[in-house]
Amino acid sequence: MSNANSTGVLSGNHYLDGDHACAEGAIAGGCRFAAGYPITPSTEVVERIASRFPLVGGRFQQFEDELGASIALLGGVWGGAKAMTVTSGPGFSLMMEHLGYAAITETPCVYIDVQRPGPSTGLPTAPAQGDMMQARFGSHGDFRVIALCPNSPQECFDLTFRAFNLAEEYRVPVLVMLDEVVGHMTEKVVIPTPDKLQVTPRRYTKKKPGEGFKLYEAPAGSLVPEMVKAGDGYRIHVTGLTHDERGYPAMNVPTQEKMQARLMDKLLNNVDQIVSWEEKNLAGAEVVVVSYGITSRVAEKAIQAARDQGVKVGSFRLITAWPFPEKQIKALAGKVKAFVVPELNLGQMALEVERVVGGKTKTVSVPHPGGTVHNPEVITKAILEAVR
Amino acid sequence: MSAPVKENPVNKYLRTERMPSIWCPGCGIGTTVNCFTRALDASGFDLDKVAIVSGIGCTGRVAGYLKLDSFHTTHGRAIPFATGLQLANPDLKVVVYSGDGDLTAIGGNHLVHAARRNADMLVVCVNNFTYGMTGGQVTPTTFRPAIASTTPYGAYEETFNLPRLADSCGAVYVARWTAYHVRQLAKSMGEALNKKGFRFIEIIAPCPTLYLRRNKLGDGLDEMKFYREKSVIKHGADTREVNLDFRQEITVGKFVDRERPTLEEAMEKQMTKTLGSKYVPYQSPGKKPAWS
Ligand SMILES: Cc1ncc(C[n+]2csc(CCOP(=O)(O)OP(=O)(O)O)c2C)c(N)n1
Ligand code: SF4
Ligand SMILES: [Mg+2]
Repeated sequence: MSNANSTGVLSGNHYLDGDHACAEGAIAGGCRFAAGYPITPSTEVVERIASRFPLVGGRFQQFEDELGASIALLGGVWGGAKAMTVTSGPGFSLMMEHLGYAAITETPCVYIDVQRPGPSTGLPTAPAQGDMMQARFGSHGDFRVIALCPNSPQECFDLTFRAFNLAEEYRVPVLVMLDEVVGHMTEKVVIPTPDKLQVTPRRYTKKKPGEGFKLYEAPAGSLVPEMVKAGDGYRIHVTGLTHDERGYPAMNVPTQEKMQARLMDKLLNNVDQIVSWEEKNLAGAEVVVVSYGITSRVAEKAIQAARDQGVKVGSFRLITAWPFPEKQIKALAGKVKAFVVPELNLGQMALEVERVVGGKTKTVSVPHPGGTVHNPEVITKAILEAVR
Repeated sequence: MSAPVKENPVNKYLRTERMPSIWCPGCGIGTTVNCFTRALDASGFDLDKVAIVSGIGCTGRVAGYLKLDSFHTTHGRAIPFATGLQLANPDLKVVVYSGDGDLTAIGGNHLVHAARRNADMLVVCVNNFTYGMTGGQVTPTTFRPAIASTTPYGAYEETFNLPRLADSCGAVYVARWTAYHVRQLAKSMGEALNKKGFRFIEIIAPCPTLYLRRNKLGDGLDEMKFYREKSVIKHGADTREVNLDFRQEITVGKFVDRERPTLEEAMEKQMTKTLGSKYVPYQSPGKKPAWS
């Protein structure tokens, strides 16, 4: 860990919308290369980046489409920069192939998705949370990502900052999954001083070229290989094909098994270090509302209304959607009567809750097709029915 | 006494441990790589600072055989990857090496925009008039009425004139050679390597396994003879007049060689002009190695 580069940190109290706060979180987190393509409601992130980067030694390039933007940042990373791209629904769909490419090449990188209702063009300027499963499963094949769900502009800053650290730690694509309301709402954002912002530097190998460095060989005791950058003399080969520890294509089943096992384990074995959530009133709760993003703030009102009627309702807010806080939800499963899962989609994270709970407790999905947020009364009603 | 076995001088540029390559006998791709290594050899560049980026295809495998920092990316996206790599590390010389399908069909949008913005890279396009890797389907360069697996009754679409495309989008260096013109090609590659900005070299090359066989055009050697007979060198030719057609004359040569500010130069200039002393220029991570 090292202190954030002070050039980029806009320390102090601000009123920022979530999109702008993401941009500041990225800059504070060390991001100095960004590629983008405009799309509502994420455009303000790249606009902020475009205006701020030249003042802090960063480079932004708008591309001709999201296919280009979503791989240009990966080029930037192998060139030695910390990098990200930003998009919304339709653009997120176009970026899927490169999430997989980032995963298999173990390129540390950050993708921000400000969600809007779909499918397709849907409702461009409205909120949704319909890309949660796409974030996890959208690219073909098996792969793992980290996905973070801010519920305020402050968290947009905090979690985008953290996304860059997590990307370096585990060398996976880290997704910051906003929704339109969180992206566009303006609130107080406190940006700490650089000495309070601990940045994870890229973990470069100490081996010099010719000292036996292998691109995909993790050091003893770790599952995450060390990085190098282009131009340093290692003559690396990076490929999206199944590859061995040298990075060379090796198209056979044992190599695929070995590569995939490590790619899975490097995240699965570290879930405890990665997962985060916020819990309230879980002790003695009969019902637990599991929510994230803007829905968690709507749910607060619903929870209060139910508590006012004497129902013991607790709240479990997902900060990491992926990896899912499986252990924590499982621990509650036998104890509560129901999990109520409101979200701005037709039941995505509810599926994950249901899977984790494994029938021990009922899971009540409170779906919404997106376009606006839930009426809190709908959630209250679901809580009251669940407890009956 | 037998003569000592001389190592092929191009070997030091290749990942010999990965040989033999996947390419078929008589395939033109290897010949172009040979020329490229000669151009590298003549350039005197610090090869640690040369990066090669490929898309997907038989030609896309070139990155994997060159002993350079090499990136085998996704289908059609070598150019935006290269743009990101070069902008983030302007100390690198970046070469994109890929096929006609990869660069001009699925990656066509990136090709035209990288040329327009004069992104700093050399793009080598091996044009074998087909999708080799996937078994010989029609591409934007397949002539009427050639047979491809997806045009079993003959191709019927208009083709791209690639030098004209690159020229009209703003490329600063545009040349076309065939796999027969090894000397000229190596020289041209060397020349292009030494320029800045978006440089484009089209290489007409045989795919004996699919394109030639399916069109009953003989083998790789027959095709080399054909290139020799049908090629006409016209340096400085107007790219509007270098269109190719099925079994017709092949105009080769260097068509465009001009200067224009690169993407990076234009970006820096504009920021400096508007922001003055507030502008904080990007610090290239390429200035010192990470291990230092
Ligand atoms: C997104 C995507 N679509 C399709 C493919 C399948 N594919 C692999 S290589 C290729 C064609 C390559 O043709 P070209 O660029 O001309 O290279 P060549 O093999 O002829 O050298 C295709 C269509 C792919 N890998 N990825
Ligand atoms: S299929 Fe054609 S392009 Fe591919 S290696 Fe064989 S000859 Fe070359
Ligand atoms: Mg081809």
